[in-house]
Amino acid sequence: MALAEQGQRTGRQPAPLLRWLKPAVLTVGSIAVTMLGLLLITFIIGRVMPIDPVLSVAGERASKEVYEQVYLELGLDKPLLVQFFYYISDVVRGDFGQSLLNARPVAEDIMRVFPATLELATLGVFLGIVLGVPLGVVAAVRRGSWIDQIARFVALVGYSMPIFWLGLMGLLVFYGILGWVGGPGRVGIFYVDVVPSVTGMILIDSIIDGNWAVFRNAFSHIVLPAALLGYYSLAYISRMTRSFMLEQLSAEYVITARVKGLSEWQVIWGHAFRNIRVQLITVIALSYANLLEGSVLTEIIFSWPGIGSYITTALLSADMNAVLGGTVVVGFIFILLNVLSDLLYKVFDPRAR
Amino acid sequence: MNALSREWLLTDTPTSRMHARMSSFYKGWLALRSNTLAMFGLGILVFLLAVAAFAPWISPHDPFAQDLANRLQPIGSDSHLLGTDSLGRDILSRLIYGSRITLYIVALVALIAPVAGLLVGTVSGYIGGWTDIVLMRITDIFLAFPRLVLALAFVAALGAGIENAVLAISLTAWPPYARIARAETLTIRKSDYISAIKLQGAGPIRIITKHIWPLCISSLIVRVTLDMAGIILAAAGLGFLGLGAQPPSPEWGAMISEGRRFILDHWWVATVPGLAIFTVSLAFNLLGDGLRDVLDPKDEGR
Amino acid sequence: MNAFSRLLTGAGLALALGLTAMPVAAETPPNMLVIANRIDDITTLDPAQSFEFAGSDVLRNLYGKLVNFDPLDLDAGYQPDLAESWTVSEDGRTITFTMKEGLSFQSGNPIRAEDAEFSLRRVVILNKTPSFILTQFGFTPENVEETIKAEGNTLSITTDKRYATSFVLNCLTATIGSIVDKELVMANQVDGDLGNQWLATNSAGSGAYSLVGWKPNESVTLQANPDFHLGAPAMERVIVRHVQESATQRLLLERGDIDVARNLNPEDVAGVRDAPGVVVTDELRGRLMYIAVNQKHPELSKPEVRQAIKYLADYEGMQNSFLSGQYTIHQNFLPRTYLGAVDDNPFSLNIDRAKELLAAAGVEGLEIEVGVREAQERIEIAQSLQNTFAQAGITLNITVGTAKAILARYRARDLDMYMGAWGPDYPDPHTNAGTFAYNPDNSDEAGATGLLAWRNSWDTGGLTEEVSAAVIENDRDVRAQMYADIQAQFRETSPFAILFQKIEQTGLNGSVQNLNLGGAITAVSYWPVTK
Repeated sequence: MALAEQGQRTGRQPAPLLRWLKPAVLTVGSIAVTMLGLLLITFIIGRVMPIDPVLSVAGERASKEVYEQVYLELGLDKPLLVQFFYYISDVVRGDFGQSLLNARPVAEDIMRVFPATLELATLGVFLGIVLGVPLGVVAAVRRGSWIDQIARFVALVGYSMPIFWLGLMGLLVFYGILGWVGGPGRVGIFYVDVVPSVTGMILIDSIIDGNWAVFRNAFSHIVLPAALLGYYSLAYISRMTRSFMLEQLSAEYVITARVKGLSEWQVIWGHAFRNIRVQLITVIALSYANLLEGSVLTEIIFSWPGIGSYITTALLSADMNAVLGGTVVVGFIFILLNVLSDLLYKVFDPRAR
Repeated sequence: MNALSREWLLTDTPTSRMHARMSSFYKGWLALRSNTLAMFGLGILVFLLAVAAFAPWISPHDPFAQDLANRLQPIGSDSHLLGTDSLGRDILSRLIYGSRITLYIVALVALIAPVAGLLVGTVSGYIGGWTDIVLMRITDIFLAFPRLVLALAFVAALGAGIENAVLAISLTAWPPYARIARAETLTIRKSDYISAIKLQGAGPIRIITKHIWPLCISSLIVRVTLDMAGIILAAAGLGFLGLGAQPPSPEWGAMISEGRRFILDHWWVATVPGLAIFTVSLAFNLLGDGLRDVLDPKDEGR
Repeated sequence: MNAFSRLLTGAGLALALGLTAMPVAAETPPNMLVIANRIDDITTLDPAQSFEFAGSDVLRNLYGKLVNFDPLDLDAGYQPDLAESWTVSEDGRTITFTMKEGLSFQSGNPIRAEDAEFSLRRVVILNKTPSFILTQFGFTPENVEETIKAEGNTLSITTDKRYATSFVLNCLTATIGSIVDKELVMANQVDGDLGNQWLATNSAGSGAYSLVGWKPNESVTLQANPDFHLGAPAMERVIVRHVQESATQRLLLERGDIDVARNLNPEDVAGVRDAPGVVVTDELRGRLMYIAVNQKHPELSKPEVRQAIKYLADYEGMQNSFLSGQYTIHQNFLPRTYLGAVDDNPFSLNIDRAKELLAAAGVEGLEIEVGVREAQERIEIAQSLQNTFAQAGITLNITVGTAKAILARYRARDLDMYMGAWGPDYPDPHTNAGTFAYNPDNSDEAGATGLLAWRNSWDTGGLTEEVSAAVIENDRDVRAQMYADIQAQFRETSPFAILFQKIEQTGLNGSVQNLNLGGAITAVSYWPVTK
């Protein structure tokens, strides 16, 4: 019967491939359009900026002749549209151009700084999940209790804290006064370049290399900024978990399960929690994307050589190729994570089909 | 005569539309009042407003008066309750005057961003078709931007200053409002009520401004209250990076940035404005959280 | 328990394990020098192109030059380095250097006159920003074949006219005078760039160190050259790490994680003095802090107003408070220790005098914009000026921007007032005289953006000719007196108020000896350092 039904269904749809193709093409198309818009806006901002890219390259004392030579080298004499077109065609080929400042390929720079951000954001979101999900579940189960109030307060404090200030205070207390954690930067000076870079993420590279001294040192450096970012994602994740759980706990099947005599543990984790997993993944993806793009201030406070501080430094010195490259990469990842969580939602959640 | 009596406000059988509205408002207020945390937040905000309004009378010193001989005085020193900064200016007085800047920024952004979002969202939702696709694509593009980077780039392009910081923050804050307004519009558009107005010959502009906007506003207001803290933090972040208010303006974020150099020996210079930012944005969050419970008890997440 | 919760439990365990693994304070190895510094200004390490403080610090240790300074005796002036001796022709236009025999590059290639010829020609042909230090002698890409010539073991350079020999030789001690390994560089040439791209991240010199790596905004690592012609350096490895914050540099120093902290602010210097095993050294550098007012402005161009601004800076107050120990009052455009430098500092804060001058000029209710780049100490100076200017009735609106944004407006003659710093490019008085007091064509069309006098639309009131005369004077004492006279007039009439000269305060691990930062004339030297 089930088989027959399936046969019928495919029978009605003459080209099953097409059915999948159309939304796929639409998704890819909309990503492409968004990316193009992202590029265009960044490009426009970069070109109307009063900062002179020639000065970045040639320096304060450049004579008129040197200035003009650099101006031509950068192709700034061509019409904006032409410059934009050249840029797009390069980007499509994976070439973000050279940094105006240090004449290195921007793509190479991004490959170098991105793992630092990825490592930090991953650990941050991980802490957010580990602490935020149970906190949200407990707050929902014990709704209105003191633990719910505390959870609410913890989350609200997280939403209210200026991250750059909390980072400064954290550094002052835990590094400056107590000396419990490593200071700014990814690793202590002696541990720079000690382990070969495989993934670019020092924690993982040191494990691969089996060098535990480096691992410990890197961990002592990452723990504070990661905890800071983790707190922010904890605030968000715990609130969302709580509200999803509340919705489930008031559902009929939970009451039925309780009537059937299932243990409270089984009701909460086995049933209610199972049903919010998909929603949670969406929330976590969003939180992750936010950490990836939003760690600019944290990176600055902790001298973390990630993509956030890379873009900011580049922006302030009018290194437009670097700004464009960095923004495109971050934007692309953001869009990708959104699409991915959408997709997960569609695949796993029967109602969304 | 008994227009504002308690019974009149708490009635289950309102006698007029006005009566019903006031009644539900009062009931909401009662619910909010029972929420200690929310009332705490409200109290702080009222206090902040008072401080900003009476700044010239309550601040002990001129916030711009320098005294190089008396720089970096500690908390609790003679005549400088919260100490002095690097140029010998009284930190308490600067904090008090800084509250005006904070309120100014929040008020402006809270005006600009939701209005822009409302405009885009309702037009997009009501007209539909290609307009909808194009407008929503633009919204998505802005959503895909790293927010702080967009604001940074914008301020770098226009030059640092409070007004440009406000514009930059608004530029990153409007897309969610557009999304909300569009969703509301889509549900309202299909209602019988709108069809009836259409039959009477009302044009799209009239329908959007007179009938759709008023219905969208309540959900936007809740969202704005919840966003206030975010706006304050964003403004402080820009100030911290030197892209907000210009010296010698006592903007709180800029004060932290000035004080971070002395963090080891003169920690209060950066700590005090940081606490101020935290307190105010916490107050907005507490109030917003309470408001949401009252207005929309189901949607507790963000 | 499902997979998800198992994951969470595992993660919690890992976290607990991790938290017990905390760092132990370390000490730097005895043969390694670790320095915290701001190095985000490095854009390239090609000596023909590099023109920033941090870049000069690196390059001075990578390359030899024809003539160079002895870090342990800077006062002695330039000394033979890769050149053994030199002679000057009758007409004073040609200097012929004889190269030292038997020296070689780190690659093993011998150092020949041909390499010196290549290095100097390369600077002229590439025509990057610092090339003016050589091209001011009349070298052009077209004439270098004749003007810069190697012959056997000698290199001769011929200038377009007669200059003070000390001026020419002083210019050759600048970074662009670095001698690069021709064979190695040309082997790495791409598209006829004379190795410009390759040298940006590699070294090909004969100096005390070679470049191991440069990560922009992160670190520079140097490795000692055991065959260095002045003897193998004691520090086998030098790591310069970019650390932005003064507080961080201080903590690193106090914990023994670094040997040298180069950007401590006055408060952290005061704090670090109490730390055990840490010493603070002071070294006078060449950088000047100054303000200047645009002569295009109808009010600011009045002589009395130019005079008045010099009475409106609280020199003493700033020097003794937020600049404490790091800047010293100096009101002349030649830094102390330069030939011709003078110590006359006649101005001090005098509101009444300034008011008199302003009243005499009929100026009232003046409101002007001052451009300052985004750096705390400069913003504080600007705010102090704002305060004192206000007392004389002048409203100062501060515009803070990134270095590039403010500079662009300054170079476009677009600011009413500029507050900033200037550092000499090479250790000869002409480096500053030629920019503060020299402006042969004050028209907008001239576009002489490199000249500070031009940027402020100041025609120099006749000083241009005097500067031109001083640069060709060969008698040292006469030359010094000429600069003293130029500065005396400059002090009184120019639209510039020079405020301070930089003192660099360095926090050192007590065991570090002989670290010389280069004084006012050159950059840091690592090779004499011991610990």
